[in-house]
Amino acid sequence: MTKLETDLLDLLKEDCRIPLEKLAVMTGASLEEVAATIEDLEKRRVILRYAPMINWDLTDRERVEAMIEVRVTPQRDMGFDAIARRIYCFDEVKSVFLMSGSYDLLVLVEARTLKELAGFVSGKLSPLETVTGTATSFVLKRYKEEGVIFDSGDSDRRLVISP
Amino acid sequence: MNYDRFLNQRIADVPPSGIRRFFDLAATMKDTISLGVGEPDFKTPYHIRNAAIDSLVDGETQYTANRGTPELREEISLYLSGRYGLSYSPDKQILVTIGASEAIDLALRAMTSPGDEVLVPEPSYVSYSPGVTFAGGTPVGVETLEKDDFRLTPECLEKAITPRTKALILPYPNNPTGGVMDREDLEKIAKVIAAHDLFVISDEIYSELVYGGHEHVSFAAIEGMYERTLTINGFSKAFAMTGWRVGYACGAEEIISVMNKIHQYAIMCAPRQGQVAAAAALKSGRESGYEDVLRMRDSYDRRRRLMVDAFRSMGLHCFEPRGAFYAFPSIRATGMTSEEFCSELLKSKNIAAVPGTAFGPGGEGNIRCCYATALDKLNIALDRIADFVAAHT
Repeated sequence: MTKLETDLLDLLKEDCRIPLEKLAVMTGASLEEVAATIEDLEKRRVILRYAPMINWDLTDRERVEAMIEVRVTPQRDMGFDAIARRIYCFDEVKSVFLMSGSYDLLVLVEARTLKELAGFVSGKLSPLETVTGTATSFVLKRYKEEGVIFDSGDSDRRLVISP
Repeated sequence: MNYDRFLNQRIADVPPSGIRRFFDLAATMKDTISLGVGEPDFKTPYHIRNAAIDSLVDGETQYTANRGTPELREEISLYLSGRYGLSYSPDKQILVTIGASEAIDLALRAMTSPGDEVLVPEPSYVSYSPGVTFAGGTPVGVETLEKDDFRLTPECLEKAITPRTKALILPYPNNPTGGVMDREDLEKIAKVIAAHDLFVISDEIYSELVYGGHEHVSFAAIEGMYERTLTINGFSKAFAMTGWRVGYACGAEEIISVMNKIHQYAIMCAPRQGQVAAAAALKSGRESGYEDVLRMRDSYDRRRRLMVDAFRSMGLHCFEPRGAFYAFPSIRATGMTSEEFCSELLKSKNIAAVPGTAFGPGGEGNIRCCYATALDKLNIALDRIADFVAAHT
């Protein structure tokens, strides 16, 4: 990773709508260099997408989220990858991680209702032949995600003018 | 009742800070975006705050040694030797103070006798000249010019020296100009200092915030200057610890012990939790290669470029600052004075900046804008200033 690459990632992580001209000024690189570097980061799939962080609690969309600890039997030659793929292909699944510790996969699931979510676990996830057990925990409140604090209170407390 | 009789007229006659007047004006406004701040927009890194929380939980609520906790003095000694090649004994040559501000005040009071002149480069931080007056001395401004990149030149320094000159305050990296002194610049100043047998109070509070390939050099590290320099620094700017109020002074045992005399009677000691947090900041910095400091500096640097570019795009002349976190653009193109510009900008665009004149008469024609401001707000502020400038040029 070059300094320009890490600088650009730092800046875009905070705000991916910063215009290329400003990114160039802030990093001290030329416009062309910045554009090419970003394109390259996209090509290499270092940058996967540009998406806003949304506080859904402030919208009227009904949704429930759960974290499901899943124990599986790894498959010969495939390890955990094949079963992970079987799971992450479901639309309800937002994230899947292979974990160390007492279970194997951590699956983050989102659905519109509790019933829908329960249906996913009992009807889709548990019946998979290599899944040996699940433990579902529902998300009650979101405090901080990806470095962003959700409840306000992180205001600027500095004096307006100081020497 | 007339209180004149009860007041020390020498002190009562010192004019109030130009910043204060502006602060009162800004305080009447709502939702102002302020570029008038003099502190980081980062909070103190959490692991540093946590060290102070642990210390409170452990019941560390007592006075510390007058000169500061042994742990902190040891860390300061390691920091200055590792970072700037300076060797100070934790027991005899280091005094922990309530911010670098107290260190400056103590130094001036410990060293100044009536009639002494102390040289203060201008534009510079607002407290130096009043501090000299409070200490009974006479402040003498030394101009620093944009054509010299706001560095102190030996010529300007020589011009200000009289037989009564005792000391020079050396405020680099500089607030408000962003000027820095490279090694060669300091070496030229050192020759003048030695030739006139002067002493230097070197305020290096912005030492960690230097950009664009420049490197901070401590004045005490210049050959022959160690004995003639009091090095002042602190935690506010580099570690985003302004509210903790912890700084320090390092120098000859003879001077530190006289400063400590005032400090022990007037102050007792810097607050304990601030000292604990400061020691944690230096220790973790030493172990991590000053990761937090560099992260914050990189972030200031990006915004520094953005601000300078924005002022230049507006058609304003703007010196590229090399240190601290302020830009000091010239607003002469608008035909307004610094005060007029800042008052009008505040009233019509709700953006606060500080008139250059708050930092000495040499600041006329410039304004100080702090780029340690969240990027989204900074962009809004710069857009509004651009509108304002366009309407006035």
